[in-house]
Amino acid sequence: MEKRKPKLKIFKNPIRRWGWLFLGPMAAAFIIGFVWPFIQGIYLSMCQFKTISNAKFIGFSNYVKAITDPSFLHSFWYTALFAIVSLVLINVLAFTVAYFLTQGIKGSNLFRTVFFMPNLIGGIVLGYIWSMIFDGILSHFGTSILMDSTFGFWGLIILMCWQQVGYMMIIYIAGLQAVPEDILEAAKIDGATKTQTLFRVIIPNVMPSITICTFLSLTNGFKLFDQNLALTGGQPFIIQPDGSSIKTTEMLALNIFNTFYGSNSASSGQAQAKAVLFFILVASIGLIQLGITRKREVQQ
Amino acid sequence: MSRLPSKEQSLAAEKRRKTILSVVLACVCIIYVLPVLSVVINSFKLNTFVKTDTFALPTGDMWAGFNNFIKGMTFGNYPFVRSVLFSLLITVVSTFLILLFTSMAAWYIARVNSLFCKIFYFLCVFSMVVPFQMVMYPLSKTADSLHLNTPWTIPIVYLGFGAGLAIFMFVGFVKSIPISIEEAASIDGCGPIKTYFQVVLPMLRPTMISVGILEIMWVWNDYLLPYLVLDINEYRTIPIHIQYLKGSYGTVDLGATMALILLSIIPVIVFYLICQKYIIKGVAAGAVKG
Repeated sequence: MEKRKPKLKIFKNPIRRWGWLFLGPMAAAFIIGFVWPFIQGIYLSMCQFKTISNAKFIGFSNYVKAITDPSFLHSFWYTALFAIVSLVLINVLAFTVAYFLTQGIKGSNLFRTVFFMPNLIGGIVLGYIWSMIFDGILSHFGTSILMDSTFGFWGLIILMCWQQVGYMMIIYIAGLQAVPEDILEAAKIDGATKTQTLFRVIIPNVMPSITICTFLSLTNGFKLFDQNLALTGGQPFIIQPDGSSIKTTEMLALNIFNTFYGSNSASSGQAQAKAVLFFILVASIGLIQLGITRKREVQQ
Repeated sequence: MSRLPSKEQSLAAEKRRKTILSVVLACVCIIYVLPVLSVVINSFKLNTFVKTDTFALPTGDMWAGFNNFIKGMTFGNYPFVRSVLFSLLITVVSTFLILLFTSMAAWYIARVNSLFCKIFYFLCVFSMVVPFQMVMYPLSKTADSLHLNTPWTIPIVYLGFGAGLAIFMFVGFVKSIPISIEEAASIDGCGPIKTYFQVVLPMLRPTMISVGILEIMWVWNDYLLPYLVLDINEYRTIPIHIQYLKGSYGTVDLGATMALILLSIIPVIVFYLICQKYIIKGVAAGAVKG
């Protein structure tokens, strides 16, 4: 929506004169904290370097190394699988809970409070809490979450559901409460069953919330780092014939981190190339998904 | 439909359905808090029993009293209180800087709306889709060379990297405020500074709270940025401290770890219970960040 522009010069010009004060600190910090590192990051992805000062331009060979790195490919597929499974589970669970909590049942507020709570606990702490719980269960079977990548995968899924369901639930509740009462009444008068009302009336009307939540949980899944690091840290490792190891539960963000700060410090350029690819992936998933789901939204 | 149930019948069925639903959800809630409860019971348990009897109450031999807490305080050769204080300092200063400077910039962007402003705004929105891994290496080097690597200066890095969402939310809100109020103020002789601080700022309150909550949650729990930027031997935040419990010792004292985890989540839960209304509202508002 285009807003009316200020008519009075007396109003607009003095603001401009104070631009350095209003925009200055923000712009300076933004350049330090984002713009410059971003540009430098793209440049460094095409360089060979140990420190920034001795970077040597080598073109795209870092990218070639990155996409042929088996550990990177493994972490890509692992992350993609994780993101999709967690996307489906989190959204189905969150929508179900939100749907029940908007039925006017007793204790809704208390339930909402409890379900949202895990969101405030940081990823590292969450990872340790759950690794204690999983190991507490698995130790009775003589195993551990660090010994089997299947446990690591589903453990992380359970952790993420526990953390994120409450968050998505809040968004779904807001969406459900915004469904106009008269549409629901009309459906009732027309004799629609509860299921019909849910799928034909309510869901199309909360499409904007579904867009937001699917988008958020997918990018959250791809960007996951803290929880991954604290829960399994990539274990168990499989040693490759050439001596390198594949960390079976390592996700993309952790893989990039390990390539930067791992034992092989010569691979910084390759790590930065991975980071650029990671950025392109996350940004384009967001844009594509936004495009697809926006089309299905009910036009008001 | 051959036989419609009478009104009383369907009302009773509806009531029964709601009661069942309440009971089911209450059970799910209890399962939901179990992880936190298990932290509580294990923080009073002797280390050797945490792994074998994770879900047992700390009775008899297992009872460690407050020893875990006392041990945890100096665990890993770094006082836990120090980490808490640094976490607090960084969170408070960063949130304050972000709220003040992004709202000022957002007002300028929304009202002046020049080409430069539009580019700046686009860059801010763009920064929201950029994952931290993309910039982490150059950012930590830049922060080092500019001496932004102490708890007192790292808020500037947070202001820069976390600006996108705040600018996005503030600009959206400022655009919905009728400009005539500010015009009236300027006709009455208010300069831009006075107009901003006495007229605009009070109106931004609801968005301030939402943005503030989101930034607090982010900065307080953030691990990677302070880990890369700060000198870890000198300065730690709570997440770094917890992560280092595992790294610094061969075998981790799980009892003491749980005690520290309990200490670190108590303030969060208290904060949540006090500001619950605002937190939930803030999250719902921030969800549009997309």
